[in-house]
Parts: sequence; C-alpha cells; structure tokens
Amino acid sequence: MSQIETFYDVMRRQGITRRSFMKYCSLTAAALGLGPAYVPKIAHAMETKPRTPVIWVHGLECTCCSESFIRSAHPLAKDVVLSMISLDYDDTLMAAAGHQAEAALEDTIEKYKGNYILAVEGNPPLNEDGMYCIVGGKPFVDQLRHAAKDAKAIISWGACASYGCVQAAAPNPTQATPVHKVITDKPIIKVPGCPPIAEVMTGVITYMLTFDRLPQLDRQGRPQMFYSQRIHDKCYRRPHFDAGQFVEAWDDENARKGYCLYKMGCKGPTTYNACSTVRWNEGVSFPIQSGHGCIGCSEDGFWDAGSFYDRVTDLTQFGVEANADRIGMATAGVVGAGVAAHAAASILVSAQRKAQSKKSQSEEA
Amino acid sequence: MTVTPNGFDLDNSGRRIVVDPVTRIEGHMRCEVNVDDEGVIRNAVSTGTMWRGLEVILKGRDPRDAWAFTERICGVCTGTHALTSVRAVEDALGITIPENANSIRNIMQLNLQIHDHIVHFYHLHALDWVNPVNALRADPKATSELQQTVGPNHPLSSPGYFRDVQNRLKKFVESGQLGLFKNGYWDNPAYLLPPEADLMATTHYLEALDLQKEIVKVHTIFGGKNPHPNWLVGGVPCPINMDGVGSVGAINMERLNMVSSIIDKCIEFNRNVYLPDVVAIGGFYKNWLYGGGLSGQAVLAYGDIPENPNDFSAEQLHLPRGAIINGNLEEVHDVDQRDPEQIQEFVDHSWYTYGEPGKGLHPWDGVTDPQYELGPNAKGTRTDIKELDEAAKYSWIKAPRWNGHAMEVGPLARYVVGYAKGHEDIKSQVEGLLRTMDLPVSALFSTLGRTAARALESEYCGRLQKHFFDKLVQTIKNGDSTTANIEKWDPSTWPKEAKGVGATEAPRGALGHWIKIKDGRIENYQCVVPTTWNGSPRDTAGNIGAFEASLMNTPMERPEEPVEILRTLHSFDPCLACSTHVMAPDGAEMARVKVR
Repeated sequence: MSQIETFYDVMRRQGITRRSFMKYCSLTAAALGLGPAYVPKIAHAMETKPRTPVIWVHGLECTCCSESFIRSAHPLAKDVVLSMISLDYDDTLMAAAGHQAEAALEDTIEKYKGNYILAVEGNPPLNEDGMYCIVGGKPFVDQLRHAAKDAKAIISWGACASYGCVQAAAPNPTQATPVHKVITDKPIIKVPGCPPIAEVMTGVITYMLTFDRLPQLDRQGRPQMFYSQRIHDKCYRRPHFDAGQFVEAWDDENARKGYCLYKMGCKGPTTYNACSTVRWNEGVSFPIQSGHGCIGCSEDGFWDAGSFYDRVTDLTQFGVEANADRIGMATAGVVGAGVAAHAAASILVSAQRKAQSKKSQSEEA
Repeated sequence: MTVTPNGFDLDNSGRRIVVDPVTRIEGHMRCEVNVDDEGVIRNAVSTGTMWRGLEVILKGRDPRDAWAFTERICGVCTGTHALTSVRAVEDALGITIPENANSIRNIMQLNLQIHDHIVHFYHLHALDWVNPVNALRADPKATSELQQTVGPNHPLSSPGYFRDVQNRLKKFVESGQLGLFKNGYWDNPAYLLPPEADLMATTHYLEALDLQKEIVKVHTIFGGKNPHPNWLVGGVPCPINMDGVGSVGAINMERLNMVSSIIDKCIEFNRNVYLPDVVAIGGFYKNWLYGGGLSGQAVLAYGDIPENPNDFSAEQLHLPRGAIINGNLEEVHDVDQRDPEQIQEFVDHSWYTYGEPGKGLHPWDGVTDPQYELGPNAKGTRTDIKELDEAAKYSWIKAPRWNGHAMEVGPLARYVVGYAKGHEDIKSQVEGLLRTMDLPVSALFSTLGRTAARALESEYCGRLQKHFFDKLVQTIKNGDSTTANIEKWDPSTWPKEAKGVGATEAPRGALGHWIKIKDGRIENYQCVVPTTWNGSPRDTAGNIGAFEASLMNTPMERPEEPVEILRTLHSFDPCLACSTHVMAPDGAEMARVKVR
C-alpha cells in the first residue's frame, strides 16, 4: 500500500498550502459537529492516511444520490474526488465504458482487497433472475455481491439502497431489495433520504476517512450524528406547533406567516433526518421552510405510509428526548396517550381522527 | 443487408462490438454495433437494461401525490416529471393555476434546463471531446490567450490560474490513482484538441462542478431542496409574503434577490464559458459531422414554458411545439397528445407483450406486460448476455412512434422545429452560431449539432428565466401574491372519472404523462419519456430508433475503444431510469424469488 499517498501529500502536491489545509480540517471538524480540539486530530489523520479507493455502483435508482453528492459545499465535490478519495469506479461519472470500465472495477478490487469502500446507489431487483437491472450483460446483483466480497465497508446511499424506495413501494413489481438484505456479512452504513443531504453524504465519507472507523450507528444502521433526531425536534416552525398555529390551506394567511405545516400532512414529527438543522444546498432552505410539508423521504417505507397530505397519526410522543431507537421500538398501541398529553391535544386528536379515517380509505383503495 | 423503412442500410455481418455498461449516462444501457472491415458502423443495437415498474406502483394512489412518485423516475432531470405530473392532474380535474405559480414553475423548469445542460456538457459529455491527460502538455500562457480570445469576459483567465489547475492535474495524474479518468481512451486518435484547448476545457469541468451547486439553489428556494424539490397540484407550495408578519419564512425580498443573482450567474456562465467552449471545441471537430441519425428527417417537440398560466396553445409556448417528418422542414405538423392515432407505443422488440404482435397502443390505454426473453440468435445465457439478437426482443424500452414514425426528441429536435417554424430567438441563435463557425445548416444534423443546440438552448433559457423573474416581480408589484388555487384541492370536488395529459420539454426532450382518475384515485398512469423516444428499439415495421440511427455509418478509429459510440450516444444525454419504468396496469405481482 506504500505507493498510495496520504491526503496531506496529495493536497500539498496539488498546490494547497498548509494554511488552507488546516482551514479545511477545521471546516471538516465543524461540519461533523466536532469542537476545535478535533482539528489537530483530523489534520494528523489526513497527514498519515492513504487515499481510500471507492467503488460506487448503481442498481435500480434515479441517480439523485449522485446528483446530491456533487452539490456538496464543504467539502466541494471536486476536492473529494481529486484529493480525498480515489473514485475508481462510478458508471455515472467515469470516462471509460464497457470492457475498460469493467477492467477498472476488477483492477481496483484486486489491488485493494479489503481496503476499499463500496458505495451503493440504488438496489438490486431479484425478480426475473435479477435481469430487471443488467450491468455488463449480467444481473446487477452479481456485480453487487462481487464488489461487496472484498470491501472494507459498504455505504448504502439513499432510500433505495437503505430501504428500497420508490421501486419497492407496493406491490414492488421487480422485487427491489435493499442492500442489507442481500449482503449480510459486511458492515453497512445506511444514509437514507431521497436523496440524502449532500453534506451528510460527504460528512459520512469524511468521518470514515478521518477517524478510520465507522460512525456511531443507530439500531437501523444510520449514522447517529445525522439521523438521531426528528425534523420536528429541531424545526424552526416548532414554536407554532406548540402554540397551535397551523397552516389550514395552501397559500392561506397562516402559510404566508410561516405557521406549522402539521395539518397539511408534514411528516417532520416522524422523520429522522438533518434537514431542519443542516438544511439543503449549503443551508439555503429545506422543504418546510419553502412551504411544503416534509414527505418523510428518509424513513423506511415512506411511500406506503398514506398520502403525503394525510396528517401524521403515529406520533408516539413529542419530547425531543425521544431517540430513534425508542421510537422504533414503540408499538402502535401507545400512540394515543402521548399525543393527548401534549399542549395542542384537542387539535391533534381531532386531526388524528380525520387522518385515520383517511388512512383507512387509502388502505382500501 | 436490410434497408429499414426509415432509410438505413443495416448490415450485421461484420465484427460485433459490445459496450456494456455505457457510462456517463443516467441509468443502465447497453449498445452493440457491427463494424465493417474499415471500422465503420453498419448496424446498431441500443438496449435499455433496467426496469422499475413505477406506473403500477401509482395505481390506486392519491393523484395529488403522483408528482413525488414520478419525480423519482429521474434525479438528474429532477422536477420535470413532477411538473408534468401536476399538469396531467390539473388537466384531468380542470384546475387552473395562478400567474405567480406559472412564473415560478417556469423559472424552476428553466433552471433545470440550464443546470442539466451544463452538467451534461461538462461532466457527462466533455470527456468524449476533451482529453484531460493531454492538458498536461499545454502552455498555460497560450491557454490564457485562448481563453481571452474565445471568452474575453470570463474573469478566470490568467496564465497563473491555468498553471495552478495544470499543476493540480499533473499531481493527480502522477499519483497513479486516476480515479474517474482511469482506463480512459487518452491515446486514441479520435481526440483532436490541442493541449491548450484541453486544459481550458478541463479547467471549466472543475468550474462547472462548483457552479452547478449554485444554480440549483433556485429549486431550493421555491421547492425546499434539490435534487427532488417539492411541487403542488394547483400551484406551488411556497407562499409569497413581501413585507407582512412572518415574511422571513416565505418568498420575500431576500429570497428574490438570491434567485435573481443566480439567474445572472447562469446567464454569465452560458455566455462567457459554455457557449464559447462549444464553439472552440466544435471548431476543432467541424469535420467530424457524424451522428445525425433521425435529426434531419423526423423530430418531435411538445413545447413548453407557457407565457401565461393555463394556456398551452403552441403560439404561447417559448419552447416550440411541432413534428417534422420525412425531412420536410417546410411543413411543421402540430402535435396532439390526446389523439389516439398520433402517439402509440409498440413492443415487438421490447421485453413486453401485448398478446398480439404488431399492435400499437396510445398511452391512455397503455398495457405493459413484461416478457423477458432472448432471441434464438442471441449469444450467452439469459443471465449472462454476450450478444443480443435484435431480430427478437432486446430492450426494456418500448418503441413509441408518432403517426408511425420513429422520432428524435431533445434540444436539437426543439431547435430544428423552432428553426423550421421561424422562431425568432432560435433562428437568430442558430444562424449566428453557424456564421461564427462557418458551417452550413446541414451541419446541425449531427452529434456536434445536438451538442451545440443544447448550449444555445441553455443560453436562451437563461434569458427566459430572467423574463419570468421580472414577470413574477411585476405581478407581486401589482398586488397579486397568490401562489395556489385550492378550489379543487378536496377530492370530494372531483368528478367520478377524469383523464388528463401533462406535457413538458424535459432537458432530454418531449415528456408526457397520461393519467386516468376514478373515484379520487389513480386508475391508470403512463409516462412516455424522452429517452423512450430516442433510445427506442426497432418497431414492428423495422424502423430503427434515434440512438441506433445516429450511430450508423460512423467510422471508429479503434473499434475496441468506443470513443465515437460514447460521443454520439452522450450527445442525446440518455436517461435510462426515465425510459424504462413502465409496468402492467393490472398490477399483478410477479413470482417472488428467495434472497440468495
């Protein structure tokens, strides 16, 4: 492995000054929510660690994860690709095609056995012998298994790889299957969302490179640093929720005042993601800020949880102290009590009743 | 040797070349060609190699949710399916949208065109023309001079700037870890640029990568995120509140200023970098005018960007609508997506069955029953395909036809239609470009023409974006801040049964969604997307599709290195996730198999 340079070597050789390098390290620390004490640690890691090869494969998907990835502002996508990782195979961006592309894949697997990260965008369909997604004349699932075999770790980008996403919505005609149900003997980091936030994607990669370990994962396998709290917990419109001030119809006075979108079907109360804190596209906005409720795109099975405009009915409790694991373990039976105890109880209970009747309609349909 | 009804001589006797995966596209695609002894392509076979089944998933769901599902057809042309979907639902239910919603939707759609065209050119297509390894041999001073000649208004043009980029590139290459450039075709004689042009274009590859994340912030402001911003049946979800209580949470002056500054950035980049690059690179390839395919004979555009809300008449659309057949530019036919005879899809060479051969179906009555099988002359096995048999079924893409004709769609199709119709902006752009490059009109019908049309369109869309921004501001100034019409939001106000069609011009071409609604739920949903048109396999009559036609008769420098194939296929900006998602309307679930 000695022929592989460290990050620092590469950055310096690419004309980046020591000063810029340190600035980069402190930005990285900030992006990861770490204090200044971590800056020298990150700098040290980058000075001594080799560039990690990444193989990025694509199954059934829409490429929104790749598109999101290149939107990253800190670090910039170009710096990730030129200076931080070695993206040796990615059929969306690589120059080579066909045999030469396949050779690049084989070469990377062979040369970096056990030392490369496999990033998976999309998922394998298992019906029709896997031939609903063909790469190099063979089922994508074969490529996935082959590339996974010698990977150090796997990143499941987005809702497709993590949970199945839209092509796995009922009745899942192709039997689109999330990565962890096909690969069971490797560490898998799920980075859900449709797509995930750009800086969350690069944050996860940077964390792994910097600390040389997987991030702390929750029970579902998501990095705790980005997915441990609900959008609702940190939503800037939360005070309006607590005060019982809701948007009642699109573009009404309350919408213009920026009231809570709960009644318009916002899934913020049941969605674990960093949208209300990191926000999107360099912090410009996030769905709720732009007037539409959260559709819950980082949650397992969100496509089959009723209409995006149905009110959330499975609110377990409202305190910010609830974490993903506890919510995940809570059963449907305890739903009522937590809601009733809340300040906005009466509004919510009636809302809940309506939404439940709507939901049963949608189940019949 | 066979001659297709659309006039191509197919000869599959020569050596077969297989390219799978075709990279730098959205989704999964395979291409096979036969080359003769001179290395000239004499037969072309294009195959969509993925299938997701989204339409059956939509059945029984709330039509107001459909935009979010269909938006996930494609994350590259993100938003265009959502817009098409809300238009289809609004058409079915007779919902009109307010003026501001029309302006904001147009701004978002135009923003997508610009973003998509720039990312396509620099990050998916450029490496077919530009050799980043050759850029190492460039003289930074000469590169600076070149930059100042072709794009004198671009501020990043000093010799030092290019030297820095070259150094960064040099270290990258010297590290031995070539990453995305690994196994590229860097010594292939098909690359014609001098090192200085290679360095300039590679530098702009990096600049465009930085810029594209800025462009999409327009989507973030109006739709909350990008990729996959949020949309709304009846308008747009973002309220406008210029100076009332809570305006900091809505579209206000600060937000409008941000949109405006991004619009200006788009205009500047298009004028100072993108268009000049296309002219400069195109100048070195102006004798390589292959890849015309169907563009000179059969093109289709639905038109888009309505000046006024709820008016889709052809003369009110800024991007033109029309169909040209048999190469007759004198006659532009109007297009009616509702006419059951005009648009039909065929499946004789697709991995689906209609139960009887030779049948074509209009999308409102679309049926899709998958049938994966290889023809008798295919080589390999059903899970390890070596060579396909194009005489049988060979693609997950259907074959849509307009009045029986295979059509090309996309920026070049729009520009050919616009040129033929005498569209003022388009005509002056095209004539200006041809004059600058000293090329005849016929040069348009080529791979290079497709790539140039995209750049011209990006420039035009930049101006249109500004137009609709000004219109938005003017409407607000006049006292109208409405962004949504909720009269028919409640399903109880809907008719028992309804059907509608939504059409847009996606970056890649004409896009249509057809919906049938019954009892407040989706009864049937069909999409016919740009890459279904362009990437279509043969039809019953034997007409080849636009991708296939465009590859015909192209000489390859080295047949084992598919530079020319990639160059021409990429000029269409293929989007395979878009093209291959149709599914049986009966929704029958196929047999489950065990996870191995």
